[in-house]
Amino acid sequence: MAEIVIKNVAKRFGAFTALHSIDLTVADQEFMVLLGASGCGKTTLLRIIAGLDRPSEGEVWIGGRRVDHLPPRDRGIAMVFQNYAVFPHLTVYENIAFGLRMKKLPQGDIDKRVRRTAELMHIEQLLERYSGQLSGGQRQRVAVARALAMEPDVILMDEPLSNLDALLRLEMRAELKGVLAQSRTTTVYVTHDQVEAMSLADRISVMHAGRIVQSSSPVEVYRNPATHFVGSFIGNPPMNFIRAEKAGRGRWRVAGLVLEGPESGRERLDFAIRPEDLREGEGGLPATVRVVEPLGAHTLVTCEVEGSLFRAVLDSSTSAAPGDRLDLLPVSDRVRWFDPETSAAVKAA
Amino acid sequence: MTEATLSDVTVGKPAPDARQSGRFLFWAATTFCIAWVLVPIYLLVVNTLSSPQEVSGFPKTGIPSFDMGSVQFFLGFTGVGYALVNSVIVAVLTMLFSILLGAPAGYALSRFDFPGKSAFRFMVMMTRAFPLPLLALPLAVMFIRVGLDDTQFGLALVHTTLALPFAVLITFSLFSGIPIELEEAAWTLGCNRIQAFRKVVLPLVLPGITASAVFAFTISWNEVFAAAVLTVDNRTLTAFLLQSLNVSPLHLRFAGGLALVLPALVFIFAVRKYMFAMWGIANR
Repeated sequence: MAEIVIKNVAKRFGAFTALHSIDLTVADQEFMVLLGASGCGKTTLLRIIAGLDRPSEGEVWIGGRRVDHLPPRDRGIAMVFQNYAVFPHLTVYENIAFGLRMKKLPQGDIDKRVRRTAELMHIEQLLERYSGQLSGGQRQRVAVARALAMEPDVILMDEPLSNLDALLRLEMRAELKGVLAQSRTTTVYVTHDQVEAMSLADRISVMHAGRIVQSSSPVEVYRNPATHFVGSFIGNPPMNFIRAEKAGRGRWRVAGLVLEGPESGRERLDFAIRPEDLREGEGGLPATVRVVEPLGAHTLVTCEVEGSLFRAVLDSSTSAAPGDRLDLLPVSDRVRWFDPETSAAVKAA
Repeated sequence: MTEATLSDVTVGKPAPDARQSGRFLFWAATTFCIAWVLVPIYLLVVNTLSSPQEVSGFPKTGIPSFDMGSVQFFLGFTGVGYALVNSVIVAVLTMLFSILLGAPAGYALSRFDFPGKSAFRFMVMMTRAFPLPLLALPLAVMFIRVGLDDTQFGLALVHTTLALPFAVLITFSLFSGIPIELEEAAWTLGCNRIQAFRKVVLPLVLPGITASAVFAFTISWNEVFAAAVLTVDNRTLTAFLLQSLNVSPLHLRFAGGLALVLPALVFIFAVRKYMFAMWGIANR
């Protein structure tokens, strides 16, 4: 059982605050992804869990034990680094065995574990090689095998796939998911790649400017973004936003169209809709088509609605051409509303 | 395409001339640089290996006669053996001190942020800006007071101040070439700081450390001023030769010169690859 509990953790570097009082619980065996743009504090949070950085405030608990005063080696963690950190002076075998030798396991056990994890990561034919003789993908495999061989309570991964080329990244992503699910280890995984996050995570914690702004399942994060930022950060093409004016109780005027919406004291709200939740149809938002990009299964249409950029993913049978006037009908239960001042989501009544 | 190629050819016509003179300049400069280094060494070798008559005679053949007379006489010269032993002891002590003091400083400079770090780096280099004579005389006085004068240990301390800046800068650049993630990975795999250093960093920097040690050795080996001022009876080879060779015959001076140059030359040649690390070029 290794649940990670982060209580009120803050990190300051001089006058700069990297993390503002983070509270987060990662359940036993959960795959948690910390997602955010670079500089949002996700790597700092991971390094605090690992013990490579110390929090300025707050507590870190792993498996019911307070660990924030312990060095990394006493926390029951293993870590995979962005640049792999495979020891160049040791063979692949000795790299994987490194942590086991530090634990002073008997040679027989070490050998068994090294061979088993090497087999798991498909590198059993590379055991005698040095890191200089390996490709990036192979080094990545060694780094993961080295972490798995420790049989840790928690595996921490810092953008482990970001140095791989696109094709290899897809392949490793699927493989990592399988291997980690099999090992039933609690995992915290840092990435800036939302597709990676969606495909791997049990739960995504979206970070922005040193805070966790949303922590929920991938579908929930996608469908019900907690803030304007989450909505615009996740999804490709991103969510469309346009200003809405109050037009009565629970009614809002969007680009000349009056829509049902939440009841709010505000005079204005941000209306938001995902590109794939727009249809061509009578009585929709009046749009002027600017660019049409057929993508095979769908056609991506970029248009202008009341001066705002709008993207719609339409069926590839669409006849829209640049310069056309188009009516874009939002799928009503997919419309989201955000408070322009707090940028938080406003629930429909 | 064809047009472009044609015009290239016509425009390129005068090029061979320019290229030829460029090549000539290049080879002339290269030859000059090589000669600058090799001719004195060659003369040293030839004259050391020639008989005394050949050394002072004329015309020169330029080919050594492999007469070992000068070398044998030099090695049998009273005091040479003792001075040689002194030189080795002082150089070894200098080597040890510079690495034991310099490597931790280099590690700290590359791994930790502390106030005054850049000032410290600057100061390290500044120690080389003071002319040694300026330091040697006050030092001699101080050494006499504390009883360090005319000892190998005292001289090694002075030589260490000369070699230390290089040791710090070379090791700084060596440690900087090793990603901190390697150490961090070792920490997560069960090492404390010292174990991580011993098992991961040390094996990676050892060749470079050796090179920097050898460099410190040669700095001490070649140093003559402080050695001449600070020692009287326990002279190093350089100081001893300085004292006795200007009253010796020519062929003996050549033998002494070669005895000084040869070890330094061999050592520096052996570690030449790592010397570039000093300038921060060789990052592995």
